[in-house]
Amino acid sequence: MTIRKFLVLFSVVIFSPVGDAFLARGMKQTGAIDVHHLTHVLAAVASPWIILGIACLIAGMANYMTALSFADLTFVLPATAFGYVTMVLIAHFWLGEHVSLVRWAGILLIVMGVGVVARGPSRTGETGEALYAAAGREESE
Amino acid sequence: MRTLYTWVCIFITVVAASAGDVLIALAMRRIGDLGVLRRSRGLSAVIMRVLSSGAFLTGIAFMAIAFFSNLMGLSWADLSLMGPATASLTFIVSALGAKFFLGEDVDRRRWLATIFVCAGVLLVAH
Repeated sequence: MTIRKFLVLFSVVIFSPVGDAFLARGMKQTGAIDVHHLTHVLAAVASPWIILGIACLIAGMANYMTALSFADLTFVLPATAFGYVTMVLIAHFWLGEHVSLVRWAGILLIVMGVGVVARGPSRTGETGEALYAAAGREESE
Repeated sequence: MRTLYTWVCIFITVVAASAGDVLIALAMRRIGDLGVLRRSRGLSAVIMRVLSSGAFLTGIAFMAIAFFSNLMGLSWADLSLMGPATASLTFIVSALGAKFFLGEDVDRRRWLATIFVCAGVLLVAH
């Protein structure tokens, strides 16, 4: 794992939880959507919180896709689950929310999961990378 | 009825998000390392290459379905139910998709990691 690849994964676990938090806040302001007026969900997109949330999620998505271009889905998914840890840490240290013992246990499990997957290979199966071998590979793992 | 609607939303979100995950992973796997491509051909070439991928566009369509289904669910239920329910189930369904559709070597280490993370996400939302 090179520094660039680490930074790509790191960006995912920062942007995505922040985006989700903005979305949740935006939807709470919009209020419950009536099942007979499902198109009202489109109106929620006009909320500044939703727009900000979408911007963060796009940034997270771009980095997530970059990660998928050099690593397996079953590597990237557990690795980027660290975003939940980020979310709880933000809630605890920044927003001053109470984080229960059970939640800290959950954090521990996620960290263990990330640790387990990170010790294995990041890429298995066939890849299109050979196509770009001619363009020169600057990284060796 | 709200509970039923919520779980229908959770089901649609999980299936659509997993299909999106697998299709986008397939597109990125075919294109190859975006960082390497960007350095050799430039950012616009990367964007063109990604946007002209059929697997990517189909994946995004599924992601959009998952997004609005999740948004709709959030208006009926709390993020503390929607978040962990959709996320933890998507890990399992996506891992199955990666194994059977992408040919990834999902060995014991990866299943262990997936189960740890899935259980952790459930506890965090407790």
